[in-house]
Amino acid sequence: MSVLDILAYPDEQLKQLSVTVDQIDKDIQRFLRDLEETRLAGPGAVGIAAPQVGVLQRVAIVDVSNMKKPCDNHGHMIMINPEITQWDGMVMGREGCLSVPDFTGNVIRAESIVLNYMDELGEKHEITSTGFEARAIQHELDHLDGLLFLDRLVSRRTDLFRRKIYK
Amino acid sequence: MNWSVLTLVGADQKGIVAAVTKMLFEANCQLAEASMMRLGGNFAIMLRVAHDAATNLQSVLQPVVDKMSLHMHLDDDVSTSSHHIEPDVHITVYGADRTGIVAQVTSLLADAGLNIVDLETAVGGSAEQPIYIMSIEGNAQQGIEALHEAIKNLADDIEISLTEIDTLRG
Repeated sequence: MSVLDILAYPDEQLKQLSVTVDQIDKDIQRFLRDLEETRLAGPGAVGIAAPQVGVLQRVAIVDVSNMKKPCDNHGHMIMINPEITQWDGMVMGREGCLSVPDFTGNVIRAESIVLNYMDELGEKHEITSTGFEARAIQHELDHLDGLLFLDRLVSRRTDLFRRKIYK
Repeated sequence: MNWSVLTLVGADQKGIVAAVTKMLFEANCQLAEASMMRLGGNFAIMLRVAHDAATNLQSVLQPVVDKMSLHMHLDDDVSTSSHHIEPDVHITVYGADRTGIVAQVTSLLADAGLNIVDLETAVGGSAEQPIYIMSIEGNAQQGIEALHEAIKNLADDIEISLTEIDTLRG
C-alpha cells in the first residue's frame, strides 16, 4: 500500500469527466487500498475520489463514522460507479477539499439522497443517505464529473445555516 | 516583496474598485485578501497588497485618490503567513435597534473565548422602527459550550443563535 500524491487545483485533471469502471479486478482493488491510505493521510478527510490522485475512473470513498460530532452514516463506503437517483431538500454547509488547500466555502447540497453503487467486491447497493454523509457523497461524486466545491460556492456572507424549527 | 494593508474610503461611486486595482496592477502589485463593501453612502476597501520594496503605494494611488476624493491609509502588514484561520462557529444576532448591541454581545463572547474572524452588521427595518442585524464567524477557543453559557446572560431584547460550523473535508 502506498500514499498517492494528491492533485491540487489548477491541475486540469480535476476538471475532467471520469469514466465508468467496467471490471472489478485485482488492479482496482489494489488502487482502492492506496486511495484509502491516501485519504487517511489527508488531514481529517472524510472522503476522497479517484480523480484527486489523477485516476479518471468513477471511484470514491466516504467515511463519516469517526466524526467528533456523530452523524447518521453507513460506515466505510467504497463506491464504484456511484449514481445519485434522488435528491431531497437543500441545506448549506461549509466545505473544504484536499485538492483546494487552505480555503473553505459555503455550498448548498441536497439534504437527503438515494445512491446506487457497487462495492469493491462488485456487490450492488442502494442506500438513502442524509445530512453530513449525504454532503460528503455529493462532494466526492462531483469530482467524478470534474466539479470542485469552488464550482458551487455561495457567498460566505449569506447566513443560511440556521434551520430554526418553528412551532 | 513587501506586504501592506491598504484602506480606502470615499463617497460611493461607480468604478472605485476598477480604478484602484488598475493602478496597483500597473505598478506590479499583487493583491491578496480583500474586503470591499458599501457602508451607508460610503464605499470602503480593505486590502492586502504585495509590492516591491521600491514601490511607494502612496504615490502609485495618489492620482486615483485625488480624482475620486478617497481617503487612503497604509499600514505595514503584520501577518507572518497568509494561512487562514477556519471559523468553527457562526453567530446571528438581531433586535430592535438601540445603542450597545455590538458592545454587549461581543464583550460576552470575547470573555467566553470567541476570537472573531468575520463580522458584519446591517440596519434594516423602517426608519421609525429600525432593526439591527449582525452576523459573526469566529473561533470558540474555549469551546462552543462556553459561548452557549455566555449568551444566556444577554439582554432579553436581543435574539441570538449560535451554530457550530462542521467543515467537511473531502
